[in-house]
Amino acid sequence: MAAHLSYGRVNLNILREAARKELREFLDKCAGSKAIVWDEYLTGPFGLIAQYSLLKEHEVEKMFTLKSGRLPSADVKNIIFFVRPRLELMDIIAENVFRCHHSSRDFHILFVPRRSMLCEQRLKEQGVLGSFINIDEYILDLIPYDGDLLSMEYESAFRECYLENDQTSLYHTAKGLMTLQALYGTIPQIYGKGDCARHVANMMLRMKREFAGTQNQILPVFDTLLLLDRNVDLLTPLATQLTYEGLIDEIYGINNGYVKLPPEKFAQKKQGEASKDLPTEPKKLQLNSAEELYAEIRDKNFNAVGAALSKKAKIISAAFEERHNAKTVGEIKQFVSQLPHMQAARSSLANHTSIAELIKDITTSEAFFDNLTVEQEFMTGVDTDKVNTYIEDCIAQKDPLIKILRLVCMQSVCNNGLKQKVLDYYKREILQTYGYEHILTLNNLEKGGLLKPQTSSRNNYPTIRKTLKLWMEDANEQNPNDISYVYSGYAPLSIRLTQVLARPGWRSIEEVLKMLPGPHFEERQQLPSGLHKKRQQGENRTTLVFFLGGVTYAEIAALRFLSQMEDSGMEYIIATTKLVNGTTWIKSLMDRIPPSCF
Amino acid sequence: MTKSKADEEDYWNSSKFKAFTFDDEDDELIRLKESRQAVNSIQRLVEEDDDEDDVEKVSWSGEPVGSISWSVKETAASNQRTDREPAFPKIPTDTPSLSKSQSGYSLSSLFKGKTKGGNFQSFTDTLSDSSIRLYAPELRKPKSEYKDYVSDWSPEETIQRLQQGKTAPLEKFRSLQDKLLLLDFAVSAHDGNVITAVLIYLKRTLSKEVLFRELESRQTALRHFIHYLTETKDQRLLLELLRALGRTEDVALLQYKEHLSIADENKRRDFLKSCLSLPFSAEDSAHVQDHYTLLERQIIIEATDRQAERGGKVEIFQKFPRRASILNMPLITTLYYCCFYHYSEPEGTYSSPLNIRQAFKISEKQYFVTALAARAKLKAWLDVDALFTSRNWLGFTRKKSPLSFQRVVDVLQKNSAPTQVLQDYVGLVEDPDMRISLAQKHKCHDIVINTYRDMKDRQQLLGYRGKVGRGSAEERKIDELLNNQQIRWKN
Repeated sequence: MAAHLSYGRVNLNILREAARKELREFLDKCAGSKAIVWDEYLTGPFGLIAQYSLLKEHEVEKMFTLKSGRLPSADVKNIIFFVRPRLELMDIIAENVFRCHHSSRDFHILFVPRRSMLCEQRLKEQGVLGSFINIDEYILDLIPYDGDLLSMEYESAFRECYLENDQTSLYHTAKGLMTLQALYGTIPQIYGKGDCARHVANMMLRMKREFAGTQNQILPVFDTLLLLDRNVDLLTPLATQLTYEGLIDEIYGINNGYVKLPPEKFAQKKQGEASKDLPTEPKKLQLNSAEELYAEIRDKNFNAVGAALSKKAKIISAAFEERHNAKTVGEIKQFVSQLPHMQAARSSLANHTSIAELIKDITTSEAFFDNLTVEQEFMTGVDTDKVNTYIEDCIAQKDPLIKILRLVCMQSVCNNGLKQKVLDYYKREILQTYGYEHILTLNNLEKGGLLKPQTSSRNNYPTIRKTLKLWMEDANEQNPNDISYVYSGYAPLSIRLTQVLARPGWRSIEEVLKMLPGPHFEERQQLPSGLHKKRQQGENRTTLVFFLGGVTYAEIAALRFLSQMEDSGMEYIIATTKLVNGTTWIKSLMDRIPPSCF
Repeated sequence: MTKSKADEEDYWNSSKFKAFTFDDEDDELIRLKESRQAVNSIQRLVEEDDDEDDVEKVSWSGEPVGSISWSVKETAASNQRTDREPAFPKIPTDTPSLSKSQSGYSLSSLFKGKTKGGNFQSFTDTLSDSSIRLYAPELRKPKSEYKDYVSDWSPEETIQRLQQGKTAPLEKFRSLQDKLLLLDFAVSAHDGNVITAVLIYLKRTLSKEVLFRELESRQTALRHFIHYLTETKDQRLLLELLRALGRTEDVALLQYKEHLSIADENKRRDFLKSCLSLPFSAEDSAHVQDHYTLLERQIIIEATDRQAERGGKVEIFQKFPRRASILNMPLITTLYYCCFYHYSEPEGTYSSPLNIRQAFKISEKQYFVTALAARAKLKAWLDVDALFTSRNWLGFTRKKSPLSFQRVVDVLQKNSAPTQVLQDYVGLVEDPDMRISLAQKHKCHDIVINTYRDMKDRQQLLGYRGKVGRGSAEERKIDELLNNQQIRWKN
């Protein structure tokens, strides 16, 4: 079921099992039949840990979504609220409890990922705190997302850290890393770049001191931990990802490992049946490396996906043709035994062919091409100091605001800030076209450093670009030899930093590191003697790269590419607060402006 | 919009950027088609077996069957028929196989130092118990836990207890010094939850002046306090705090944000007016002023137009009933609205497009695109024409535009302008290649023919002859040109 988690270099299923066990323990604390009331946001992340069957085994009979008003009736002994520690949710819970007249009910709250005094105080104010028998926390810091990928699914981490200066997410990060070390051994080397990275490392070292005297006796699985602040590399998420998985995310949005697609392409046309009613519900698909074909093509540049699919099609067709050659009973048996696998492969091929067709329609459009051209101009440093006519035209056509903001922010980042005149012009156009209330949005982007006036006359982006080779003229999309293939020319800054760290080391790029925000550092954690690894010759080292504030699928693809390179000698496991793309990232920085304003 | 193949290649080649090209465009498409065909041909073979697909089952709502979000809906739906258990499809229950995972300890136990949860051990839990002994690291309890029985905790111990989710009375810390120690320990623990807990206590027991003063030198605590006040929507105290800290711009923005929660337009306008005196940065201040002025105007325009529409005497409102109120719409939308309903009004009125352009210093380009789109929508081609016509000092008229004529054609075409209108503007596109491609797309034969003539491109002209109607005026024109001995063809 979650077997794909254990295929990788590090068996992440251990983490999943630990999380499942914790869940069972909590459920058993509440004796008798139960109903769970879900904070809807949590059902996605929980789906990565457990299915309904697990809950059912532990007497969960009903499940509801948390809504204000009265609880739906359910003949159960326990009502358990699974919620994030949010004040507005506490008010809803209070109303639910208040309006429940069953005297024999037992109420419980499970906070995910942490209890919050603020919330408990709110429940107290509302006069319902006493009604709860259990108030507990379910530490779901790092959720295994795939064989080499962990995510906290903490959407607001970047906003909280850089806009609101709230470091709660960093505390959770540090806690999550401690859990990971308890399961996979102390990580001997910690590198980091950025203020948040420094904070997390400090907390980890302090937490370790608190358990002083305790020796972790597990042989370390990870050799190195690299902590990277998202604000060290603001550029990468703004660029349009050009890998298959990246494009699926850019266009349709991948949420908790699922994507919703327009159903038309997936309608099953059976022979003899004329056009059946087209399904109107979006088609929902799970995307992870458990699916063989998807694992093969997800990280390819989209331009190489067509070839991969047709190759696969030929293999599958040939396999089905085999049935004509099957003469003896044994051969037929053999063929039949392979059928389920072949059918799964066929259906997987059908799905991905449909998705590729959908994406192709978009990537071949003029609008997509024009947008990409401007992005690439900015990334190569062309005309970043002037008002860009394409952006102007897009505003005049009232293209989606987020598209405009992505481009303007990108220009700002690639120019180390915009000239005051240019910035003012953009702001004016944006406010006039999309509404003055976006003064707030623009201010947030400035606070986050994505948009800023040029303060010094020196633009250091070109130096960074050249030193780190961020732009490669001859990116090979079909048979890549460099990570720049993931953006068809642009090599993500964050991944270059990772690459250089492995070889030849950061000392070679001191100058550039100083230009990027925040400190860079190295820490060592003592291992008990006897746990020092004796490395076999040719054995790869393992690095855990933690992106504080989000990572894109294209960056992940680039790291996987590095892991697979024969001479890299390094395997990467990726962890992040949240998987993001330019759109979801910018959205998380916008204030909730009520729809009535549009 | 699909561009012709040749057209597209030009585009590619003219670009500096070769990356992410579709050089093998056809190839790619064929490949997708190949795999599509393969899929379809196989489908027939296996479709009767479809139901036994090894692939995850998906319910009607598109959720995979058995997932949590699916089950939430399902049990909620079945709740109306309480006597019936929701029928769950047969799915392989994932019995945790501990031998494989090698993990038997729970996450919290690693930190809380507790080994077992409740008393209700299931079969699997019993199993895992033994595996704890095998695999779990011996975690010694943090030092502080040994002192559980003592109730006289130091500030440091109190913070540690809070961090572990235990109770610890804060009330016994009475002196300012103790309270600040508490806060400093909380901050150095980096646990936002604990910091907030201490701040709530401090807020309750310290005077505002003292609290603000002390927070000023403790930036982390200060940020948490601001976050706490924002979360609890304690706007008044928050504004007071920011003012005390001299963070005037933040104060202004925070107050301005309030307008979003005011639904009544008159109250909103008055509120925005009250914002004008707030200490915004110079540029934001100008924007807020514009915001206020805009809403003020919208209220006047809305009242007048609603009446006119109801009165039934103004033709345009009868022909094109308003779809929504103009209140709270962005400036450019308002301009479009006024170009649509109030185009020819004298410059003195609030709803005159020219007046709006002036009052809000709308850029020439924006004004043109908006007016063009509005008039084209109404098919007022004379107005469109007038927009671009300027007279030079000799009295000749000529067409000028702050936009490229290519964009103009684009806007007109989106508003389904007829060919005779389009061709006027296609003819004004300066770049001959672009002009030809646009003319071909919009079937402006004259322009194509004339451009080829001007380029002295006999071959292209000959080729184009096949694309116009047999015996048409265009064909005759091409023949005339081809027979014209005066033209020096380049090919």
